Amino acid sequence: MTDAGRGGGGDGAVAAPGDLPVPDDLPAVAAVGAPAPAPAPPAVAAAVAAAHRREWAFVLAATARVTGDLDLAEECVQDAYAKALTAWAADEVPKRPAAWLTVAARNRALDLLRRDVALRKRLPLLLDEPPEPEPDFPDERLRLIFTCCHPALALETQVALTLRLLCGLTTAEVACAFLVGEATMAARITRAKKKIAGAGIPYRIPDSEELPARVEAVLTVVDLVFTTGHTAPAGADLVRADLVDRARDLARMLRTLLPGDAGVAGLLANILLTDARRAARVDADGRLVLLADQDRALWDWDAVAEGRRLLREALRRRPPTRHALMAAIAAVHADAVSWEATDWYEIIGLYDVLQRHWPSPVAALNRATAIGFAFGPEYGLRALDALALEPCLAGYAYLAAARAGMLGKLGRADEARAAYEEALLFTDNDVEREFLASELAALAAPGAQRLDGKS
Amino acid sequence: MSKYLVLIYENEADYGTLSSEESDTVTEAHRTFLADNKDAIIGGEALQRASTATSIRKGVVTDGAFVETKEAIGGYYLIEAPDLDAALAIGKQVPARFGGVEVRPVLLWDV
Repeated sequence: MTDAGRGGGGDGAVAAPGDLPVPDDLPAVAAVGAPAPAPAPPAVAAAVAAAHRREWAFVLAATARVTGDLDLAEECVQDAYAKALTAWAADEVPKRPAAWLTVAARNRALDLLRRDVALRKRLPLLLDEPPEPEPDFPDERLRLIFTCCHPALALETQVALTLRLLCGLTTAEVACAFLVGEATMAARITRAKKKIAGAGIPYRIPDSEELPARVEAVLTVVDLVFTTGHTAPAGADLVRADLVDRARDLARMLRTLLPGDAGVAGLLANILLTDARRAARVDADGRLVLLADQDRALWDWDAVAEGRRLLREALRRRPPTRHALMAAIAAVHADAVSWEATDWYEIIGLYDVLQRHWPSPVAALNRATAIGFAFGPEYGLRALDALALEPCLAGYAYLAAARAGMLGKLGRADEARAAYEEALLFTDNDVEREFLASELAALAAPGAQRLDGKS
Repeated sequence: MSKYLVLIYENEADYGTLSSEESDTVTEAHRTFLADNKDAIIGGEALQRASTATSIRKGVVTDGAFVETKEAIGGYYLIEAPDLDAALAIGKQVPARFGGVEVRPVLLWDV
């Protein structure tokens, strides 16, 4: 972000269009109403695409502060990006694209508002005195995040709004992430925006009293985007790289905006340390490679190093946050030169801490799996069977898959086969299905069970 | 400022189990709530039991509440707040030991 963009945060709110702070490299807003453009040169198109990826949230947040209405702000920001294509081609790509886009979007907003009295009446913020600047949060994006991740919205709606408003995904792209139709997603987003406006969900940073719980809600949303991308619930690919990248971008954004927050550091650490394995998780033919069999040279060791640095910082908070503990577990894997060298006792200990502070059936399942690797499949199986009646895990493919693996190692082929078949019922990810099917097929061949201690 | 209706949903049967001292503490809790939020509260009433309700659907009068649920509306407050966060902060203080509250924004007419 630039100083010019930031400087426009508060004082532009009631200014007439001509009074808006204009960055020195901002071309006159002559592009407004320009004749139909020729296709933008590739370099300009790339610059606009990059600005869309990097600056969308900043520009939208700054514009929403002026309009007080998310719909109108979105429309104006889209308009600004469209104008950038022609204006940047005609002149040059500005040194500070965010500032250029913000001014263009605000000019558009003020233009629309000046012309439309009815619209202006609907939008109280523009007429109000601008709120006091908050020196701790000089960036408007935090307001936008807290609005999108407000607890008065359903979690899936929070995620959808975050992808749409913070990441600039189209409704079609958000629908694709959720595996729902575009019309369904459009209706959900419209309903959410109506609730924000109608119920008066505020566009501001929560009070310090509420802040920890509200930050936690934001982390949950970003984590959900990450886990959905890390192992896609359905489809041809194991990883939805677009979602993983978006989650990492969001976590980095939060890190910039809340640099002292250990929860944010823990989340980013977990994303980096976990996603570092991406290149090793499928082989050249796109088949799933278990952690046990991954070529660790393919891991992204730069990401691991960054994740470790963040983790050290996150672990200073007591008790450690949920994501910091998950990152710590990922770091134990990264510390091991091979699968055989994995410190399972450390991992079990970390899961114990996780269970004590943030009990969850999925963490219990992972702990049971770690017990199997540490003490042998019969112990792991016993720990897994204790979770058999856990309602949250009914229909969870990984419980059946973990049981299948341990039963296979114990030579209980019939039960293993049934467990693999059960796991197959519960996953729609093609790569996982293929893996489960091949394990099942290997079991069917007598004497083909793996006896090397790997699962 | 916006108006919000805070609907108090509680299990009426639980109120039957209260001693008279305990009933007094409920009344006292509402008094405290009213005193603490007097600037924000526009109005509010406690209602008689849902069994005293009469419903009318398409002109047909029937005995009972419109929707039969374990937790019934037992009262309401009409409040004024700058935004939903402020309204929820007040809603959290509403005494509702046998249930909870629903915070509904009041529709403003564009005239």
